[in-house]
Amino acid sequence: MGTRVFGEPVQRREDARLVTGQGRFLDDLGQNALAAAFVRSPHAHARILDIDVSGALDIDGLVAVYTWEDLPGRVGEPLPLLIPHPTLTHGRTGYPLARDTVRHVGEPVAMVVARDRYLAEDAAERIRVDYEPLPAVVGIENAARADRLVHDDVPGNVAAVLRQENGDAAAAIAAAPHVLEFRLAIERSASMPLEGRGVYARWDADDGSLRVYSSTQASTSVRAAIAARLGLPNGKVEVVAPDVGGGFGVKIVHPWPEEVLVPWAARLLDRELKWTEDRREHFVAAAHERGQLQDVRVGFDDAGRILGLDVRILHDHGAYTPYGIIIPIVTSTQLLGPYKIGAYRAEVTSLYTNTVIVTPYRGAGRPQGVFCMERTMDRVARHLGLDRAGVRAANLIQPDEFPYDQGLTFQDGRPLIYDSGDYPELLRKARDLIGWDGFEAERAAAASDGRRIGIGLGIYVEGTGVGPYEGGHVEIDTAGRVHVSTGLTSQGQGHETAFAQIAAAELGVPLGDVRVTTGDTRRFGYAVGTFASRAAVMSGNAIALACRKVRAKALRIAGEALEADPSDLEITDGVVHVRGDATSAVPLRTVAVLSNPLRYAFDEEAAAATQFAVGRPSEEAPVAPGDEPGLEGRDYYSPVRSTFAAGAHAAIVEVDPETAEITILRYGVVHDCGRLINPMVVEGQIHGGVAQGVGGALYERMVYDASGQLLNASFMDFLMPYATEIPKIETDHLETPSPLNPLGIKGAGEAGVIPVSAVIASAVEDAEGLRVDAMPLSPDALYTLRRRAEHDPALRTE
Amino acid sequence: MEETHEIVLTVNGTHRTARAPARRLLSDLLRHDLGLTGTHVGCEHGVCGCCTVLLDGAPVRSCLMLAVTAAGHEITTVEGLAAPDGTPSPVQRAFRECHGLQCGFCTPGFLCTVTALLRDTPRPTEEQVLDGIAGNLCRCTGYQNIVRSVHRAAELLSEREGGA
Repeated sequence: MGTRVFGEPVQRREDARLVTGQGRFLDDLGQNALAAAFVRSPHAHARILDIDVSGALDIDGLVAVYTWEDLPGRVGEPLPLLIPHPTLTHGRTGYPLARDTVRHVGEPVAMVVARDRYLAEDAAERIRVDYEPLPAVVGIENAARADRLVHDDVPGNVAAVLRQENGDAAAAIAAAPHVLEFRLAIERSASMPLEGRGVYARWDADDGSLRVYSSTQASTSVRAAIAARLGLPNGKVEVVAPDVGGGFGVKIVHPWPEEVLVPWAARLLDRELKWTEDRREHFVAAAHERGQLQDVRVGFDDAGRILGLDVRILHDHGAYTPYGIIIPIVTSTQLLGPYKIGAYRAEVTSLYTNTVIVTPYRGAGRPQGVFCMERTMDRVARHLGLDRAGVRAANLIQPDEFPYDQGLTFQDGRPLIYDSGDYPELLRKARDLIGWDGFEAERAAAASDGRRIGIGLGIYVEGTGVGPYEGGHVEIDTAGRVHVSTGLTSQGQGHETAFAQIAAAELGVPLGDVRVTTGDTRRFGYAVGTFASRAAVMSGNAIALACRKVRAKALRIAGEALEADPSDLEITDGVVHVRGDATSAVPLRTVAVLSNPLRYAFDEEAAAATQFAVGRPSEEAPVAPGDEPGLEGRDYYSPVRSTFAAGAHAAIVEVDPETAEITILRYGVVHDCGRLINPMVVEGQIHGGVAQGVGGALYERMVYDASGQLLNASFMDFLMPYATEIPKIETDHLETPSPLNPLGIKGAGEAGVIPVSAVIASAVEDAEGLRVDAMPLSPDALYTLRRRAEHDPALRTE
Repeated sequence: MEETHEIVLTVNGTHRTARAPARRLLSDLLRHDLGLTGTHVGCEHGVCGCCTVLLDGAPVRSCLMLAVTAAGHEITTVEGLAAPDGTPSPVQRAFRECHGLQCGFCTPGFLCTVTALLRDTPRPTEEQVLDGIAGNLCRCTGYQNIVRSVHRAAELLSEREGGA
């Protein structure tokens, strides 16, 4: 390979447009489109008695108002249950517009179309909906008590009971020398990308086709869903994810009600139509995650080795389950982390509540699982009076034990088998990075100044790059430009850069010659989506494989032109040449010309490929059997199972003895995602993940009152961290390549967020000598914990 | 029909005229009437800072201003930060160099904020940088590279001053 670009921190190609205001986000498109606005339920649970739209009709600029009764056939059916699972016995999804009952504040009831958004909202405000309020189910414990039901036909509010089991945990715990039992709690947060959702649809009546732009993480699947609902063939629907202003999981859900309704109405009205979500809508009508209660029973020996672990989890699923039980599956499997647990049993009960739906947010159930396991490790260590890092070390899977089978079934339906890693080395590096061994001196020095500091750590394993597949298409044109496309979408991860690096390295072309398109069904129709830290693994490998096909074809054609054996050829800076002989060479753009036998010369380059110019033997077909014209290739990557990244985080925190304010003094990350495509981009992903983790650990919660009103549905009240709240993040890397894929890479997108709550809890507990069992931990929560601990010694760790 | 008002203002050095109702936000006027979609709207309640533009040089939230109140003023948006020949400003260059953006949605607000910050405080301390950008939310970067970008932009600016 002549061009060393794979593994280099090259600057991002998408930035040129993004720093000059030339990005194209959803609401930047369709400047002449009509605008949609939604009437949304103000009640958490209510029956709709009547909808009176008459007050809206005299609004100037009003075009249409729709309620459920206006939706024909499949348009009005309940939204699909995207990921069915045998244990999801009572899966329920909402209607695009509520039919007769609303089950959370924010559920759409009517859609208004008008000349602009101001007028659409004027009209929406004047639509009168008569509701009969029903008792709301709010909070996990209330849902479990089931005095009231979210869905009349779902007994106990139970959507699913998922069990994961390896060995006889109950017996192992009963036989263990030590047993502990405790409850942990994690509150709701949300992805909260700065760009909300949005849909813009254009119906072409002459062509009978639809083009839809959506701020989505899954354009091909949005296309399939829209085509199915509107009764159109896939080929008549194109879906494009333009620049997407962050996703973090919430935009993987599809089709949203708006993704069905906006294209449907655009076709019906034969007008361009756009809906852009506002912030309040995003709080009450998109999705949340994280809320769980965990009851843990653990049995262990004198060295702190876990002999048996039994975890019962109550999971708040909100009002509907469109994304299935992926979060419970991920929590219950990834909980095991880097450890060998003697016997394990997890039971997750998914409960309905009258709140916004719960679907994956970066980490997708892992932060809760890791919180559970790492809190358990700390408990075990404190109980035995052992070093917390030492107890972890005693339980780690060793480097010579890979592939390591955890004996469970992962979120892709495949066995939970770790492919590679070096967890003891991760732990060693994390201890070094944070100064674990010298901390007691630091603590004493701080204490002598009247300061209270603590140290914590956490280790995690993350299954990344789940299947079923992604594909890549690579075409070299007659100007020598390399066009790469893949179906999955981008939300800021730098795919245009990372995928270009892969293509440039594989093909031996300058990076600047490569152009990458993602998330556009016009360019690549087969894809799954961007989630589960899978884009680099899945599309990265698919693009590499497609490049290898194109490279082989280029060498074959060039070999004919140069009368050389293709195995003696290589490509450097876009020129195919005999190895060690730069004079016997042909540029790829000429190879592209030769790859496409022509009758017509449309320019000088093309003339070289016309029938009287090419000196082919007259008995040979111009395009040989099995060959295709054009210097292009397509390939797919479909792994047998996921590849497992891992990391160890450690932090030092300071707590104010008076105000209970928590400050993160240092935060260290050691990360292993196999081979790095672009270390700068990977570090950026880690930084962003840690920041979201800090938000979840200290600040972010969704505060619902007893009637199901979200009390903090604004950025004034939902406290996302600013620059002033995020510590400087120190990083170190480890590279254990994945043996499962050609590039040896593992996913990195979610890594940063996963163990942060566990690490901060560990550090605050260490500083305070108080048990930290619930996150997020605000100063007032810590202050209250201190007061309670004055009277309740069980809350103290000593 | 809603009553509209003529609004005459200067945007990125060019005189612009638009008609809009009194309630129209400056952010909507810029984006949807003048086609300057680089200014983004992230919350519509003045907290996230995505919509930050410079009003007579000072950073303001364009989602909290009515367009009519901008009449007669001079607005700079992200589209106006580069030199007239298209050369990116030191702040824009620094954000690229330091990977100070990921999805890019909050970036125009940061660029405008930082442009004003460095004009008033050419060699900011770490604390001044944190303070200066503490009104802008970013959900992607964890801010670390944004802070680096601001320091780098200060360097680039001082090199430019030194070279001039």
